[in-house]
Amino acid sequence: MKQVNKKPGKQEPRWQTKISGGNFVDKFHAYRNLHAHALFSSLGRLVASRFSSAMTITVLAIAISLASGFYILVANLQQLAGNLEASNQISLFLKDEISEARANKFANTIRQNPDIQDVKVITKEQALAEFQTYSGFGDAVKALEKNPLPVVIQVLPKNSLKNELVLETLLDDFKRSTEVDFAQMDMQWVKRLQSIMDVARCGVTILSLLLGAGVLFITANTIRLELHNRRDEVVIAKLVGATNSFIHRPFLYGGFWIGFFSGVAAWFIVTTIMLILKQPIERLSGLYDDGFHVLFLGFTETLALLVISSVLGVVGSWIVLHFQLRQLKPE
Amino acid sequence: MLKFDNVSMRYPGAGDVLRNVSFHLERGEMAFLTGHSGAGKSTLLKLIAVIERCTRGRVLLDGENLNQAKDRQVPYIRRKVGLIFQDYKLLQDRTVFDNVALPLVIAGYGHHEVSRRVRASLDKVGLLGKEKKYPLVLSGGEQQRVGIARAVVNKPPLIVADEPTGNLDPELSAEIMHLFEQFQQVGVTILIASHDISLIAQMNHRILKLDHGQLVAS
Repeated sequence: MKQVNKKPGKQEPRWQTKISGGNFVDKFHAYRNLHAHALFSSLGRLVASRFSSAMTITVLAIAISLASGFYILVANLQQLAGNLEASNQISLFLKDEISEARANKFANTIRQNPDIQDVKVITKEQALAEFQTYSGFGDAVKALEKNPLPVVIQVLPKNSLKNELVLETLLDDFKRSTEVDFAQMDMQWVKRLQSIMDVARCGVTILSLLLGAGVLFITANTIRLELHNRRDEVVIAKLVGATNSFIHRPFLYGGFWIGFFSGVAAWFIVTTIMLILKQPIERLSGLYDDGFHVLFLGFTETLALLVISSVLGVVGSWIVLHFQLRQLKPE
Repeated sequence: MLKFDNVSMRYPGAGDVLRNVSFHLERGEMAFLTGHSGAGKSTLLKLIAVIERCTRGRVLLDGENLNQAKDRQVPYIRRKVGLIFQDYKLLQDRTVFDNVALPLVIAGYGHHEVSRRVRASLDKVGLLGKEKKYPLVLSGGEQQRVGIARAVVNKPPLIVADEPTGNLDPELSAEIMHLFEQFQQVGVTILIASHDISLIAQMNHRILKLDHGQLVAS
């Protein structure tokens, strides 16, 4: 009889690579306990070294709040520009000698035009009052003998009139009217504002990327120090059979806490700044008598802020663990 | 249980630290590893704990070639070897209980199992009741007992001790050695590196003697 000798091929050695001990439920509980333990012990370490943790978190929070602060600033300006964009308003500055009666008559003629949605006459007195309230030159204006401001007619073309060419013709028509000294379409500066906004948004993106990288490396450095301080613990754990993931876990959670708390602190910084700026901004927006409200960090944005800062913390510590832990070998 | 098969170890620039070392420890056997400083005792132990890998030959633990183990398998090999050190290597900021529990926590045992086994292990080394103490308040002998409790808590088939009595007086040393004999009696394989010749001579166990990297007596 021929005996087939089965040669053992390339066989995996039979070292178990699973969690050992106890039944499945016990294992699951142990796994959960390991994570809970790492989560809370890393938090405990953060609290134990209050002073240095607070310094790190403050630095990170300032970096994060700079990025998110600029973001919310641009979002506010965006909202402003968005509101203005909706109106293709044309302002007609009438000649100085035009009386209010004539101005009203002229306004009525404009109203006849089927392309026009609304016409509003701002008298010299109204203009002056508005100027006094908002310009900050109230007293100086009072000193004037004669009201220097002209009557202004605000013309709002129908929304359907999106075509720029039609608007341009309309504007040219107004410019030719004998009553009009100067006609201006608000669109033009809205467009300029839009372009400025594009630049600002681009700037915020670049700034955020830079600050994000800063946060990443500050966290990495903090975790590196922590790793250095806990060198003995890591070495002992390795000697009694700790896997790399067991050793990584508390540091990753540590990075998570640092990132998360920095995010929370950044949220408070940004919200405080917005609360301080709220009044002056709303006064400013009153000038455009739009339904403009100061935007704060909303729910989604807050969530994104916390998630991004936490992820940066975790990634920062992961980088350090990946490159530094290999060098920590038991002696 | 533990087999060295023509093992040589060469550090770059330092020459051969171990030369053609061969021996076999049976399951449940207890042996001493002696030799002058620099004879290669520590290197030999490092090969068992896979801290280093030999340049030639084979180190077999439970029939498996340690040289072929992948990096991710190393932790699981170490769980089969209870390591004991001259300087105890305890975590000073953790209680006795936490120190002893570490291997079990790492292996993922549940809370009740951890608690039960730690108590059993501390009972064996005579430290039951000191779970909540910190290592610093314990005497040297007690600290080494904590180290031993930690090494046996996971019930490894092999215990490797590097100068476990190096920092202890003769009386405590004898006690610790007696403790090792008790583990041997329940079937654990034990290898103890020591240069305390008089102590070793008192005990009737196998002696492996290293001299300049070569095994001169077995």
